[in-house]
Amino acid sequence: MTAALDEILEGKSICICAGSGGVGKTTTSAAIAAGMAAQGLSVCVLTIDPAKRLADSLGLKELGNEATRVDPALFEAQGVEMKGELWAMMLDAKATFDELVARQAPDEESRDRVLENRIYQQISSALAGSQEYMAMEKLFELHTEGRFDLLVLDTPPTRNALDFLEAPKRLTQFIEGKSLRVFMKPTGLAARVAGRGASVALSVFKRIVGFDLIADLAEFFNAFSGMVDGFQARAKRVNVLLSDPDTCFLVVCGPQGEPIDEAVYFHRKLVEANLPFGGVIVNKVHYPADELRAEVDDLPTALTDKLGDESLAQRVAANFSDYQALAERDARNIEHLANELRTAHVIRVPHLDEDVHDLAGLEQINRYLFATGEERIEMAAGRA
Amino acid sequence: MRGYSDEGRLFLPAREIARNCPIPELLDKRLVIVTGKGGVGKTTVAVGLGLRAAAEGKRTIVCEVASQENASRIFDHAQVGFHEVEMEENLWSISIDPDESMREYVLLQLKVRAMRDMLFRSRIFNYLAAATPGLKELVTIGKIWELAQLDRKVKQGRKYDLVIVDAPATGHGIGFLQTPRTFASIARVGPIHSQAQTLDRFITDHENTGAAIVALPEEMPVNESAALEKDLRDEVGVSVDRVYLNGLYPERFNKAEAERLAGLAAEENGAVKAAARAAVSEHERARCQRAQLSRLRRRVEAPVKTLPFLFEPELGVEAARRLSRRLG
Repeated sequence: MTAALDEILEGKSICICAGSGGVGKTTTSAAIAAGMAAQGLSVCVLTIDPAKRLADSLGLKELGNEATRVDPALFEAQGVEMKGELWAMMLDAKATFDELVARQAPDEESRDRVLENRIYQQISSALAGSQEYMAMEKLFELHTEGRFDLLVLDTPPTRNALDFLEAPKRLTQFIEGKSLRVFMKPTGLAARVAGRGASVALSVFKRIVGFDLIADLAEFFNAFSGMVDGFQARAKRVNVLLSDPDTCFLVVCGPQGEPIDEAVYFHRKLVEANLPFGGVIVNKVHYPADELRAEVDDLPTALTDKLGDESLAQRVAANFSDYQALAERDARNIEHLANELRTAHVIRVPHLDEDVHDLAGLEQINRYLFATGEERIEMAAGRA
Repeated sequence: MRGYSDEGRLFLPAREIARNCPIPELLDKRLVIVTGKGGVGKTTVAVGLGLRAAAEGKRTIVCEVASQENASRIFDHAQVGFHEVEMEENLWSISIDPDESMREYVLLQLKVRAMRDMLFRSRIFNYLAAATPGLKELVTIGKIWELAQLDRKVKQGRKYDLVIVDAPATGHGIGFLQTPRTFASIARVGPIHSQAQTLDRFITDHENTGAAIVALPEEMPVNESAALEKDLRDEVGVSVDRVYLNGLYPERFNKAEAERLAGLAAEENGAVKAAARAAVSEHERARCQRAQLSRLRRRVEAPVKTLPFLFEPELGVEAARRLSRRLG
């Protein structure tokens, strides 16, 4: 039987919620953090979602690059006993990158040269991948500080699992710019070693993108040259942290075919990258009323008898059959998911009557996340 | 990144563009950008618009970006990849792979074959192409532009009346559409500079380019759609023609009926209880959704159209076709 989330997260110091967009990742991350904090841990949830969804979820007006404590009174108002502390942070990727540069720069002049470089400004603010990279960077920083028992990371809504996992590597390679920097000094020994093909490539590239860009790139790499080793060392340590047994990746998805397929794909990528997979959370599941199916045949008649209103009875029956069809689909998809992932750790959160965007909603989700499999089925049946 | 506004000759302020352009019908444009947060049904709406335009006799292509294959999935078709594949009469589909777009772009730029071969084999070129910030997005938009040209750059390219783009999810979507503008300001000379300017003008030309946001009737997606409309207008210069509120539940029960059913659920057992409970849930969800619909109507400027929730296990082409009739 499926374990409750607190068993899966027992002894973990990092929990990364991954999955495609629109499956309730931000809400789930916030709910997990709130639930673990309620049990007595000091927890910080980090989101890099540009839409400030988490801020909404937690009733915070504004999140910054600093962790902000969520007022315990808000939980008390919901009747939740908050034994630990819940902190939240909305990651500012650009500010994190700037901080990182400031930390790695040998002196103020090098720092300013990088910060003022146009290529850097573009990479740090606009480039897809920098958010992912900075999320991991911040995670590493907070982990090193050791202020919190558990860090929960809400990953950005990438459309491709690979983007998230590979962004840090790609960005480090870009910053290293090994093969490129060689060509930035045409008079150096390296240029001659590199050969004609590369020189042609470079000149063609110049022609296509315009000289300015290449000059900016050259300046960027020069400005960065003193920091490359520091970045590399740090990136390595971040990778070690992600594959640490105290880290746990949770895949979040919805019950429809497409999100399920993406979850399977994401899981495969995690396994290939040797990253620790903890379990999968399926949101908005239509629970089937299994034990009732036998009686459903004469439902319209039974309802008409009770209600004395044939039109209403028919509508109620039609509605029920629509939802049962969705429930059957969800059950099929989840079975497929569990088989593909070879895991029993599939946590199903039901499709609640109201959408979740506040602490009361998070508390409702947590009743399912932090229940054992049997308890969950009972609760869902209690609703039926 | 905001430096472009200083060079006022190049770009009109976004708001001015939005105000001054007349608004022809969505499907009469050459390009329609379908955007919204992840999981709201962007692809279904993009395909639905495509089916509708195709039914009106317009030769239409639905483009997916970043190598997604959601449209071919709706048609239950094998993956289309970087090929213009016919799905139905008048309707094609393509999944734009940035690497392929880059390759095609270079092919169009360089006429000397030996040079091209050398280039593609060259590690340094591949490195530069992969590492230059925004280049992938730029060549992707370049390909979309190319598809929308009546005088196609690609040899024997088919002429389309309408190009529909299934854009990346919110957040990344804004960055994606801003790429040409950003590029035009970074690369101040060279072919990329002028091409980036062309692409920016193409995206922000409201006469020929339309945009639709897809939203769900929930609190946060409604907030995000309002923010997205504003960002598209102020940051990219794209004005939104429609907001589609997707997945709206039917109102099967009125308040009095719901109360009666709640009473029944409390008294009964078995299937009757479960069915009554499901009806009460449905009523509650439909009610919450109507409240979100009103909020959306208050918060966005573009007209809001609703699309019904379809009680179907998987949404295929017939579902998209039924939705397409309500996409006006």
